[in-house]
Amino acid sequence: MKEEVLSDEKIIEVQNLSKQFKEIRAVDNLSLNVYKGDVFGFLGPNGAGKSTTIRMLLSLIKPSGGNIKLFGKSLKENRIEILKKIGAIVEKPDFYGYMTAYKNMEILGKISGSNISKKRIMEMLELVGLHKRYKSKVKTFSHGMKQRLGLAQALLHEPDLIILDEPTTGLDPQGMKEIRDLIIYLSKEKKKTIFLSSHILYEVELVANRMVIIDKGHAKVEGNVSDLLNSNKLKVTFEVDEIEKAKLLINDTSWMKMLNSIVGNKLIFLLEPGEISFLNKLFVENNILVSAVIPTRSLEEYFLSITETVSK
Amino acid sequence: MIGLINIELYKIFRKWRTYIGFIAIAVLVSVIQVAMLVEGQRSINFMTHNLQQSFILVGNLLNGYLVSHLILNTLVIHIPFLITLVAGDLLAGEATSGTYRMLITRPVSRISIVTSKFLAGIIYTCMIIFFLAIFSLGLGLSIFGSGDLLVVQNGTIIVFSKNDVLWRFLLAYCFSSLGMGVVASLAFLFSSLVENAIGPIISTMAIIIIFIIISGINIEIFRAIKPYLFTNYMNGWRLFFDDPIDIKEIVKDSLILLGHIFLFFGSAALIFQKKDILS
Repeated sequence: MKEEVLSDEKIIEVQNLSKQFKEIRAVDNLSLNVYKGDVFGFLGPNGAGKSTTIRMLLSLIKPSGGNIKLFGKSLKENRIEILKKIGAIVEKPDFYGYMTAYKNMEILGKISGSNISKKRIMEMLELVGLHKRYKSKVKTFSHGMKQRLGLAQALLHEPDLIILDEPTTGLDPQGMKEIRDLIIYLSKEKKKTIFLSSHILYEVELVANRMVIIDKGHAKVEGNVSDLLNSNKLKVTFEVDEIEKAKLLINDTSWMKMLNSIVGNKLIFLLEPGEISFLNKLFVENNILVSAVIPTRSLEEYFLSITETVSK
Repeated sequence: MIGLINIELYKIFRKWRTYIGFIAIAVLVSVIQVAMLVEGQRSINFMTHNLQQSFILVGNLLNGYLVSHLILNTLVIHIPFLITLVAGDLLAGEATSGTYRMLITRPVSRISIVTSKFLAGIIYTCMIIFFLAIFSLGLGLSIFGSGDLLVVQNGTIIVFSKNDVLWRFLLAYCFSSLGMGVVASLAFLFSSLVENAIGPIISTMAIIIIFIIISGINIEIFRAIKPYLFTNYMNGWRLFFDDPIDIKEIVKDSLILLGHIFLFFGSAALIFQKKDILS
């Protein structure tokens, strides 16, 4: 995982972006920046507005308000020039099922106006492990194979920015790892900027250097993945033998404010990493046996804490 | 643009439904030709019964031209359905299969996409009519041979010399292509509105059937709206089998049909430009 902003050159610049569908405000004053070389995680629960945002970035739908700049240029005025530099998968990749994988790639290359050689098409199919099935009709492909073909078409014209909307959906664990490895390869070796929307938060944690979490159409947090995780408190479960005694002990102390919940004989606190040992010591010194201390910290926890806070 | 049209034509001709039109025409034409082979002479005798009392008719009246002319008369009812099968699918089919997303995220303008699809649809329409012309005339002339063409036009029997017929057919087929172009454009317009090809096919056919019925009912209120129904001008190909040919009427009908094509295509293009791709 990369840990810092790699460049100050903005590849995606979104300002106060909004989209209204009749009564539903799918995206609400969303602002975000993606810098050159970023693997940018785009997170949010279902219905948060991720796909709508991606569709606006790709000019599939028109914003109700706000500005989108890609490569420093307005998308509205430079759509074709900008799209030449973008490869994308939007939700599930669909192809012309009655054509072969190769023909689909060839057609998409031609529509892009690029002179894509047969060699290039085969290289991309090989990159995603479909080169042996290039003559097969896409309608015979599994969902995972279509997903990989989607990646191949996104990379076909050597784009600088790759937008991936749930790229590992429907893949088996091996396939998911391959895609993650491919994202890291494209970022590190090919110096591509990657905008990655995913529900698999672990995936974002593994590959992204920066991220935004959106909910109800607007950004809740944006920054470096490592900074956001480190600044976040851990959810720590203390399993104790005498729960009432433990509750009495912390009652009227500052620990009570950090108590998140009680489940059976488990006290769950939100703590800074350095506070764990102090609390453990407090219990032990007061003859409360701590049988387990379970800290959990992941993007998933963080993500849930952010979105749950919003819900509350 | 040519590259995009080629791609669209490739897509059209990779689909099974595209060939339904050609197969249906081949079957329709063959059936009519066989029927004419069996019953044609009797029909001709019946048609010319009164005429034979005053004149001596010589030569081959039941010929390929007469049969092709009869087949051309079936055009308004049957061919539109075959056209809408493809034209209604041009845009809606992309939405159904989810390929809109892939298509519109390519660095090509929406107007180029919609225009190339429309032109491919028009080319397909012309090919259907061309196929009808070749198959109908080819089969007709090979089975029944050549001869003078006997046509009943506005209650009058007109006989065209066999050397004066072929060009009339060619222009009639061209005019028919224009008429069918309106059908294709209308189906294309409906196709831009929805995400399933069934809707455009049914809607277009419903409109054509309703318009034809209204045109056929001879009451005052329908007579008043008849000039505004495009189906009223689709039979303009018959004007080429008149003597003398009413050029003014042909030009007027052609311009009205062309106007409809531009209107329907323009509306579809406008809708497509503004459309949010949610499929």
